[in-house]
Amino acid sequence: MARTDAKKDVVIVGLGWTGAIMGMELAQEGLEILALERGPNRETVPEMRYPNMIDELSQGERHNMMLRPAQSTVTIRRNLNETALPMRKWGSFLLGNGVGGSGVHWNGQNWRPQPIEMQLRSHIRDTWGEEIIPEDMTIGDYPVTYDELEPYFDRFERVAGITGAAGNINGEVQEGGNPFEGWRSGDYPMPPLPVTYNGIKFAEAARAMGYHPFLRPGGNASTSYVNEYGMQMGACNFCGFCERYGCYQYSKSSPQTTILAALFRKPNFSYRTGAEVLRVEMAADGQTATGVTYFDEEAGEEVFQPADIVILAAYQIENVRLMLLSGIGTPYDPVSGQGVTGKNYGYQITGSTSMFFRDEHFNPFIGSGINGVCIDDFGMSANDFGALGFIGGAYISSAQTNGQPIRSMPLPQDTPAWGAEWKSGIAEWYGHQMSIGHHGSVMSYRGHYCDLDPTYRDRHGRPLMRITFDWHPNELRMNAYLKEKIEEIARSMQPDVMQSSYKDYNSRYDVRPYQTTHNTGGTIMGATPETGAVNRYLQAWDKHNVFVTGAGAFVQNTQYNPTGLVGGLAYWAVDAIRRQYLRNPGPLA
Amino acid sequence: MTFPPEAPLFPPASRARRQFLQVSAASLAMVGLSAPFPAMAQADLPPLEDYAPEFFTPGEWAFVLAAVARLIPSEGAGPGAIEARVPVFIDRQLDGNFGQASDWYMAGPHQADAAPEFGWQTPLSPAEVYRAAIPVFDDWCRDTLGAPFAGLETEAQDEALTRLEAEEVPLAPEIRDFFKILLANTKEGYFSDPIHGGNHGMAAWVHIGFPGARAHYLDWVGQHNVRYPLGPVSISGERA
Repeated sequence: MARTDAKKDVVIVGLGWTGAIMGMELAQEGLEILALERGPNRETVPEMRYPNMIDELSQGERHNMMLRPAQSTVTIRRNLNETALPMRKWGSFLLGNGVGGSGVHWNGQNWRPQPIEMQLRSHIRDTWGEEIIPEDMTIGDYPVTYDELEPYFDRFERVAGITGAAGNINGEVQEGGNPFEGWRSGDYPMPPLPVTYNGIKFAEAARAMGYHPFLRPGGNASTSYVNEYGMQMGACNFCGFCERYGCYQYSKSSPQTTILAALFRKPNFSYRTGAEVLRVEMAADGQTATGVTYFDEEAGEEVFQPADIVILAAYQIENVRLMLLSGIGTPYDPVSGQGVTGKNYGYQITGSTSMFFRDEHFNPFIGSGINGVCIDDFGMSANDFGALGFIGGAYISSAQTNGQPIRSMPLPQDTPAWGAEWKSGIAEWYGHQMSIGHHGSVMSYRGHYCDLDPTYRDRHGRPLMRITFDWHPNELRMNAYLKEKIEEIARSMQPDVMQSSYKDYNSRYDVRPYQTTHNTGGTIMGATPETGAVNRYLQAWDKHNVFVTGAGAFVQNTQYNPTGLVGGLAYWAVDAIRRQYLRNPGPLA
Repeated sequence: MTFPPEAPLFPPASRARRQFLQVSAASLAMVGLSAPFPAMAQADLPPLEDYAPEFFTPGEWAFVLAAVARLIPSEGAGPGAIEARVPVFIDRQLDGNFGQASDWYMAGPHQADAAPEFGWQTPLSPAEVYRAAIPVFDDWCRDTLGAPFAGLETEAQDEALTRLEAEEVPLAPEIRDFFKILLANTKEGYFSDPIHGGNHGMAAWVHIGFPGARAHYLDWVGQHNVRYPLGPVSISGERA
C-alpha cells in the first residue's frame, strides 16, 4: 500500500514563507529538494484573480483560503482540569492552507522584535530583579540576540519588499520613524504608503499628547520593486481586501509575489500539493531522521519520502504536532515542568476603542493591510514593569484595513442588532467611525502548552493538537493599563460617541471572535536541550538533520505581529545550514 | 524625540499625499461629468413568491420569509431583507457547503451544552439547526402568542424574535444558537455580493455607501474627510 519514492537531499514540510525561504536558499546550493504541501496549489493567476477573489462571503466569512477544519483542527481548553473541545469552525485564529500558507492571507504587518524581547529574562533580572517575574511565568532568553539577527531581519525585509520609515539607523533616531525600534543597518526597502484620514487624526492627537506616531511598517508595496530573486511587486491600490484574501495585483508580500515563481524555475526544486505529512521517520539509532511519510491525496496512498535533511516548515501548530507524533524532543509536562516539545504556547492580546464622528467621512473601504499609524510609547522597552505591575508591552494603532460590511459594521452600543433601528443605524453610521486598538505581548506560562489530544483525531487517525491556554492576570493588567491610555487619546479627539471593547479581569479565552493568527511556542529555541526543543539554529537537539522553522521557536511571544521574526530566524538558520551543516552534518550547537 | 510643531507628521507620505491630491482634483472633475452612472440591467429574476426553494420546505420557507422581514424590515430608507432577496441567499447557503458543514470538523464526541466560549459544539450542521429549530419556535409561538410565527401580527413577531434572542424560548442545547445563526445569515445575505443570491441590485451597498468590488482607491487615500462619490459595482460587473 505505501510506496517509497526516490531519495532527496532535502524534504520541506509546508510551502509557506519559511518553506519557500528554505527551498530557495538551499536550491542555490544545488541540492535536490522536494517540498510537500498539504493544501492546493495557489498562484496569483488564476487563483487570486480579480474580481472573484474579493468576495467577502467566500473568503472573509467562509474562509475559502484557509485549512478546512474537516481536514485538521485543534482542540482547546483553558486549564488542565477542563476537557478540550475541537474548534469545529475557525474563530480566534485562521490557519492557512495551500502553497504560500498563511503568507497568502495575512495583512502584511511586518515588525522586528525589540532587542530586549530577545533576552527578556536577563533584561528583567538586570533592571528590576527576577522577583518581579510571577512564579508560573516561564519566560526566558532566546539563545540568539537581536544584534546577531539584524542582518537576517534586513534580508527578509528586502526579499519580502517591506515598506516603512526607519526610526533608528545604526543607533541614530530618525524623524518620522519609530524611535523605540531596535537599530537597523539601513532604511526599509520601500518608503511608506500614504495613510487614510483616521491615521492622520490619530497621529495628530497622539503627537499633541507627546507620543511618537509613525506609519505602520509592512508588506504592502508602495512602488514598483524588484527583489534579489528577480521577483517584482507593484504599488498597492488600497482595494480594501487584504487579510483573508490573496492579493490579485502583486502588491502584498507573499511567498508567491517574492520567492515562489523564481524558485519554481530551479530544476533541482520540486513540490507536491495534496501531500499531508503524517510523521517524520527515524533511523534505527534514533539520532537522525530518514525522511517523512505523507499521504498523497491524488494516489490515495501513503508515501515514504527519504531525505538527508528534513525541514518542518508548517505552521506552528502542525510543527509541534509533527514533533510530538514523531518523537522529536521530550514532550513537555506542565505538572513537573520537565520536557520541552509543546512548551510555552503563546498568543497575543488585543483591545480597542471605537469612535464615531457623525459629520466626518472615513471611507472605511479604502484600506491596505498595513494602513495605519502606530505609537510604541507603551511598548516593551518603554514600560517600567516594576512600577506598572505587569510584564509586557503593546503598540497602539489606528488601522483601516477593510470596510467590508458583513464583518465591519461598528455601531454605537445603543443601536439594536436588528429591526428598523438597525437598518437606519447602518446608514447613519457606516463610514463615520474609526478606532484605536492595541496589539500586546503574551508571556509564557507553565500551564500554557500544546500536547496531543486524548480523544479527538484527524481523518488519518492521528490525535489533534490540544492547546491549553487562558488569559493570565499579568496580561489582563496590561490590557487595563492600555485601555486607560487609549481612552485618554480617544477622548481628546472629542468623538460624538466613544465605546471600548477590552477584556476584563473575568475574561476567559473565547474561541469565537477572530483575534490574531499569532500562535507561538511549542518548538521553542533553547541554549540547552533542557530549555529548548531546537537549538539556536532551529535544529532539533536530538535529531541533528531535522530543522524546525516558524513562530513555534518563540521562547515567549513578542508584542508584535510575528512574521518579521519568523522570516529573520529562517534566514539565520538557513545561513547556518549553508555555511556549516552541509559541510559537516552534525549538531550545530 | 518630539516633532517640532511645524514639521509635517510623515514627510514622505505627505509628499505622496500632495501628489494624490493633484490627481484627485482631476478625478473629481471626471466624476462630476459622468455621474450618476446608469444602472446596468439586473439579471431577470423571478419574483420572490415564485422562487422554488432548494432546501426549505414550504412551511420553513414561510417562516424564513416572515422572520427576515422583521430582522431587516422593508419600511424606511433602504431595502428590507425581502427586497434584498435574503431568503434566496439563505436557501442557497443551507443547500451548499455551509449548510452541510462540509468544511467543518464534525466528528464526535459532541458536547452541545459546553460553555459558549468553545464555539460550535452541536452535532448538527447549520441546515439541521434550521430544520430542528423552526418547528420548536413555531410551536412556542403557537402556545404563547396564538399562531405559528408566520401567522402572527408584526408586533407579535417582533416580540417573539426578541424573546428568542433573549433565550426565553426553551431550546435544546443542540439548537440554542438558532437566533444568532439566523441573524448572521440574514446580514450575510443583505451585505454579500449579489452573486450569492441576496443584496439584490446591490441596494444594501447603496444604502450604506459601500462601493463593492470597485477595489481601486489609490487616488482617494489622501482625500481626507471627503465622502467617496461612486456607487457600487458587483463581481459580475453590475453597477448601481
